[in-house]
Amino acid sequence: MTGGVARMTGTPGGSGLGLRLQGVTVRYGPVLAIEDVTIDLRAGEACGLVGMNGSGKSTLLKAVLGLVPLQSGSIEVLGGGVSPARRGGLLGYVPQLDDLDRDFPVAVADVVLMGRYHRMGWRRRPHPADRAAVDESLERVGLTSLAGRQIGRLSGGQRQRVLLARALAQEARVLLLDEPFTGVDAVSEAAVTAVLKELVADGCSVLLSTHDLAMLPDLCERSVLLHRQVLAQGRTADVVTPGNLARAFGLDLGGAR
Amino acid sequence: MSRWAPAVVHAAGWWDVLAEPWQFQFMQRALLVTLVAAVVCALLSCWLVLIGWSLMGDAVSHAVLPGVVLSYILGLPFAAGAFVFGIGAVALIGTVRQTTRLKEDAVIGVVFTTVFAVGIVLVSVTPSQIDLSHILFGNVLGASDADIVQVLALGAVALAVLVMLRRDFTIYAFDRVQAHVLGLPVRRTGALLLGLLALTVVIALQAVGVVLAVAMLITPGATAYLLTDRIDRMLVVAPVLAAGCAVVGIWSSYLLDAASAGLVVVCQGLVFAVAYVVSRVRQARASRPV
Repeated sequence: MTGGVARMTGTPGGSGLGLRLQGVTVRYGPVLAIEDVTIDLRAGEACGLVGMNGSGKSTLLKAVLGLVPLQSGSIEVLGGGVSPARRGGLLGYVPQLDDLDRDFPVAVADVVLMGRYHRMGWRRRPHPADRAAVDESLERVGLTSLAGRQIGRLSGGQRQRVLLARALAQEARVLLLDEPFTGVDAVSEAAVTAVLKELVADGCSVLLSTHDLAMLPDLCERSVLLHRQVLAQGRTADVVTPGNLARAFGLDLGGAR
Repeated sequence: MSRWAPAVVHAAGWWDVLAEPWQFQFMQRALLVTLVAAVVCALLSCWLVLIGWSLMGDAVSHAVLPGVVLSYILGLPFAAGAFVFGIGAVALIGTVRQTTRLKEDAVIGVVFTTVFAVGIVLVSVTPSQIDLSHILFGNVLGASDADIVQVLALGAVALAVLVMLRRDFTIYAFDRVQAHVLGLPVRRTGALLLGLLALTVVIALQAVGVVLAVAMLITPGATAYLLTDRIDRMLVVAPVLAAGCAVVGIWSSYLLDAASAGLVVVCQGLVFAVAYVVSRVRQARASRPV
């Protein structure tokens, strides 16, 4: 219902469109992971993706990234296809901390530089502009002093900021974040939130999944409540209500209890 | 005066012992082949260890056996048959892995032992002068001119590709999702790496044979990973250590009149043991309260 309203009021293919999902359904074999998800996200808008574990949040992000095939529906990034957006480096992704191999022998600055590989030639040799972008990105997340440190020797929050810096260096215009505040200390959470607000003010679209509701109203003007399907979406204050949350977080538990 | 003379003789004697093997052309050729194989294998091993593809190296090195035998039967360069079977094994493993719920180690185990067994059968029914032990354990002292040219040419190709595309291989090993998000050719990079694995096995075959090729494809990278936490340094440390082991192994094989391939790999194992002790000492120091 809310999805329908957003579709009618949005400007299809307009320049203000950041990310559009229409009727997206993803199936893992016999398991329906997400069903008929429709979300419109304008440029300069941050949207929280709220739901319990297994509600399909990560699947939805993976679907946008083209990591899992759609059974039906369509996805547009900045009014175009997902593949061209990826090749242009317009689509950024900050994975869950657990997805990162922290023992991998690379330094912080090396990881951030990887955000710019698509801009370099086939040998991926960095230009001075790439180095400058890395330095600037590290400064924005407050990690300049740790640029040479191996990524395993950082706290979880610092590693999260490294991943955000990589997306900054990439100069992505649509940014997806998977649980960016899980396992993150207060200092890093504040740093990440501040940078995300700057990005939104700068016209980026931000879609972040979370089950941490405390930070949501501050950062995300809009939210989507997901439980395989979209249960509710709209202004965060209207979506994150006790009644809605009971539906989103209580459906499976209700059966078990 | 007389006090010093024996010492001088002694020093000269040591120099002779060190230099003696390299006077012979077959020893120089053995060293050249082993050096090339060791360096290429060592570079590749850094990514194999980080990706978790060590078993894949084991599989490919064994799976080339029937290819080598068929090459001899058909009169082709051994590299041709070996490469085809190496790639074929990788493709077969990938297909079975993706179309069943079997875990990768089980698939690798089934495929490579079966293909290897086919090779054993082929050798046994081929009435010729194929020496199985040369294929299994290398025949670096008997390398022909054609063998050496083959190893040098393939080695140069593998080395050039590994060095020039090293950053693509590193992002592939570290974060395939990020590579995909940036629109980089993830699948192509993975396929290229496996192709290089097959190529490298072919190179190592001449030097150390099927069985010990896998050691050269794992040990140097594993050793370097214990010693440094920067991949750029691993990519220097691993080939340098492997080259050192090649020299020491070939030299000691002359001195001890023992199997050169075995000694090269034993040497790599000893260096790994030293690296292990070094890394444990470092860990102990790092965790000690200051």
